[in-house]
Amino acid sequence: MKKRNLFSSLLDWVWESRSDLYENMTIRDDDEEVNVITKAEHKEDIVKVKEKVFDAADRGSFRKWRFLYKILAVVFAVFFSAVLLITVGQLPKIGDINNPANNEVEKRYIEKGLEETGATNIVAGMILDYRAFDTLGESHVLFVAAIAVTILLRLDKSERDPEDTKITETITEAEEEDKIFEPHHDAILQKVAMLLVPIIILFGIYVILNGHLSPGGGFSGGAIIGAGLILYLNAFGFEKTERFFNEKVYKTVIFSGLAFYALAKCYAFFCGANGLDSHISKGIPGHILSAGLILPLDIAVGCVVACTMYAFYAMFRKGGL
Amino acid sequence: MTILMCVLLSFLVICAVAVSFSKKLLNSVLIFMSYSLIMSVIWMLLESPDLAITEAAVGAGITSVLFFVTLNRIHSMFKDASGKKKEVKEDEEKKSVQ
Repeated sequence: MKKRNLFSSLLDWVWESRSDLYENMTIRDDDEEVNVITKAEHKEDIVKVKEKVFDAADRGSFRKWRFLYKILAVVFAVFFSAVLLITVGQLPKIGDINNPANNEVEKRYIEKGLEETGATNIVAGMILDYRAFDTLGESHVLFVAAIAVTILLRLDKSERDPEDTKITETITEAEEEDKIFEPHHDAILQKVAMLLVPIIILFGIYVILNGHLSPGGGFSGGAIIGAGLILYLNAFGFEKTERFFNEKVYKTVIFSGLAFYALAKCYAFFCGANGLDSHISKGIPGHILSAGLILPLDIAVGCVVACTMYAFYAMFRKGGL
Repeated sequence: MTILMCVLLSFLVICAVAVSFSKKLLNSVLIFMSYSLIMSVIWMLLESPDLAITEAAVGAGITSVLFFVTLNRIHSMFKDASGKKKEVKEDEEKKSVQ
């Protein structure tokens, strides 16, 4: 390989003109026999690897350290629990006036919360009005988690080469395994699901829509709806749920929900920071159409959370929506 | 109220210890589920129903369902932590004896 200085090689790497391995690689002939592993051999290999891995614990070189591991585990556990206990012991008393929690922020939330946000549920007023930026971050964290699960667990058939037998084999394997564990017309489960799923989903919608009046809100209501969808999926299988929920619906709901949240809050922050009227009336406290932006934001968060929960389950089950 | 609180908190500690000491993974997940349920009752007693609803839905519901699916996926629904399947082996021995 020619010697190049760091900068030029970095440039090459950035422009993808030449890689470092470029001159060292040899191209394999097409006629050369490739080492093909059959399915049975692959399984034998797995068994061998497992034997080696589980044997390792009993080998002499590891046995020496085992005693030390045990002692160190106990020492670390005692040390960290002692640290935690000492910290808890030095916490200020509950309800003390001089606590850092009793500052003017809390007083303002409690005294002026209803007036400024229009929500009778102070928690919803705090989460979705005073600290709406935090909640936007939380829903994005959930979204990023869903993306990570998708990257890890997705088995995509359409975008790959159909002749690539390895991937199609794993897909069919996953689907077969999934079908083994899926209950086929389980009468008890189906009857119970027919009774419970509408009630659960209705309760979730109630919790979302009453987020600014009573306990609850977007996240908890969305989680309840997601649980209801998972129960429905378990009882009736993927064929029924794919009629109303596929990847396109998932993408549309998630992106529109997060975009609506961000835009609405941008508007509110812009108006609030510049002392403008926000044109969104607070309404009469206690009515369902009140509290300004809190109700639509609750609905957006609820849709995002419900879809994400369902998508998590579907990804874990068969690696795709 | 304080007695109920003490009972619930002691249940919480017992559950937390039992999760790590139970031999079977399925039992661990079930105990974890009950931990979340007790926690949601405690949130209710601490006058934060918002958190109670979320804890019951996410902690006791969806998290444990995801745990079940994962156990299913790695074929260790009825295995203990060391990866051995005890019950099936006993059955096989019975069959071979017969």
